[in-house]
Amino acid sequence: MYRYDEFDHAFVHQRVAQFRDQVARRLSGELSEDEFKPLRLMNGLYLQLHAYMLRVAIPYGTLSSRQMRCLAHIARRYDKGYGHITTRQNIQYNWIKLTEVPDLLADLAEVEMHAIQTSGNCIRNVTADHFAGAAADEIEDPRLWCEIIRQWSTLHPEFSFLPRKFKIAVSGAAKDRAALRVHDIGVQICRNDAGEIGFEVMVGGGQGRTPMIAKTIRKFLPKAELLSYLESILRVYNQLGRRDNMYKARIKILVHEMGADALAEMVEAEWRQVREGFVDLPEAEVARIERYFAPPPFDPAAGSDSGLDTARRADSEFDRWLEQNVDAHRQPGYAIATISLKSDGGVPGDIDAAQMEAVADLAERFSFDELRATHQQNLVLPHVRKGDLYELWQSLKAHGLAIANRGLISDIIACPGMDYCSLATARSIPVAQAISARFQDLARQKDIGDLRLNISGCINACGHHHVGHIGILGLEKKGVENYQITLGGRADGEAAIGAIVGPAFSAEDIVGAVETVVDTYLDLRETGEPFIDAYARLGREPFKERLYAAH
Amino acid sequence: MKLDIVSANRLTDGRVVYLTRDDGWSESIIDGRSAATKEESADLLADAERAVEAGIVVAPYLVSMADDGGAFAPLHFRERIRLFGPKHNRDGGQPAGRVA
Ligand code: SF4
Repeated sequence: MYRYDEFDHAFVHQRVAQFRDQVARRLSGELSEDEFKPLRLMNGLYLQLHAYMLRVAIPYGTLSSRQMRCLAHIARRYDKGYGHITTRQNIQYNWIKLTEVPDLLADLAEVEMHAIQTSGNCIRNVTADHFAGAAADEIEDPRLWCEIIRQWSTLHPEFSFLPRKFKIAVSGAAKDRAALRVHDIGVQICRNDAGEIGFEVMVGGGQGRTPMIAKTIRKFLPKAELLSYLESILRVYNQLGRRDNMYKARIKILVHEMGADALAEMVEAEWRQVREGFVDLPEAEVARIERYFAPPPFDPAAGSDSGLDTARRADSEFDRWLEQNVDAHRQPGYAIATISLKSDGGVPGDIDAAQMEAVADLAERFSFDELRATHQQNLVLPHVRKGDLYELWQSLKAHGLAIANRGLISDIIACPGMDYCSLATARSIPVAQAISARFQDLARQKDIGDLRLNISGCINACGHHHVGHIGILGLEKKGVENYQITLGGRADGEAAIGAIVGPAFSAEDIVGAVETVVDTYLDLRETGEPFIDAYARLGREPFKERLYAAH
Repeated sequence: MKLDIVSANRLTDGRVVYLTRDDGWSESIIDGRSAATKEESADLLADAERAVEAGIVVAPYLVSMADDGGAFAPLHFRERIRLFGPKHNRDGGQPAGRVA
């Protein structure tokens, strides 16, 4: 795992001291709210409905046990005992006091964490495939490149005041688990015909008010050229991106208005100039960072007899969890375990301090001290010896964390919505809770199969509703919450934006409407056909007919 | 009848507060000073702005209240959520009751 060098250390501690001073000046009245607001946002601190919210960066979703324990400490000491994993693989705390933020940030800095680049019009926390370094289908670990991008972008003077926030994701696997195509820039590690490893670069994806799927502007970029190429994209964007209208300021609008080919040409022209004077990272520095992402010391003998089959046969509940939440690892004898944070009737992505500590202990015992946060608001133990899975599962179960629903209808992505967020037009959490309660029966969920249901509390789409197989958008109409359904969205390699199915539903009717969609699918599916494939075959009409039949 | 009160977030901890009859700020809406006319509402906001200057609260605004002689409650559901907190409040604190 990446460890700070002296420069990072000094920088983060300096920022804490600087913010301590800024908070003191705000409290003494020396700084007005208008003056202070951009400063607090640069440190991840928002003012929400009920309190301040602090968003802590988890670079590319990777955490150590020590860091997780610190997050538990923060939850207990400074919040109400829990935190919320976000769709950018970060964690946020909802009940923070301004007066305590400097101490909180100092505690975080002790474990090399901070809240920088989690807000504002800068390059945000770079996200990655949450199975990075572990996935069986991976060409190369993307986190090396995420870290290089992080270092390049953190202090880059040109990129601190972009027209809007800017999101980058990197994946090194064949299967896109990082939602690359709904990012401003998606970077896919790939091989060219000669077998060399490089990057496919996609630009202009995004969600929000104007959802768009990113377009590939370069099929293959040699490895050594990544930063100069990214810099060229950012420069073109910085010159042309609209600052006069925040709704049009994202690079996706530029791609849409100019066309991907025209943008690609401009980027290439810029790149020819940028490359000349550009100092790419020296190889020695790349190698230095790469060492931090070296595979852990796997036991070559782990593959022999794991005892897994015996445990599976003996315990059907364990068997179900294994089937649903455990994935193939690149190393024989190991597996990847997903810890679902979607308990029945719970708040998607919420985890309390005791659970954080339990997960930290388990990561230490079973996963080489490593864990991950996913953009689907779950956690992952990336390197578990197959022979340890049963013991791991039993421990998870004791902490209410062995929920076998990953990828099923109750594995809902939901933003905080109006329960916390000051921008919300409706609540999303109670809807998620009601849906997970309605589909409580795991056997029923399993029968429904792979289904992504995503909920946002406003058009900003933090809950990724546009790319849910079933998406729900909370809106307000005449002082009442109502919910619009979209169908057919997806965030994987075949990314698509969901289509609005018809008029919105009331808070009372939305769960029933979701059930109608699911029942329609169950009635019309062919054997073994997942929801998203059935939708592709059937289109919107049969769902629409059933949903609005009574109207 | 419709009344206005002023709400804001307290600077130090961001908590939801209401301007009170004695010109202080309270977490309890019951203590809120209400205004029945445009002029009174403008006065409320002017007092609130002074509290902003003094570094006590942030971003004050008027909240419309229904006052039918019985329940004294915000008209808009957003304000009811601000008042009662999240419905699923998990800290054992103020249960939100039905907000919808
Ligand atoms: S989608 Fe809207 S309501 Fe949900 S977290 Fe984002 S801004 Fe807030």
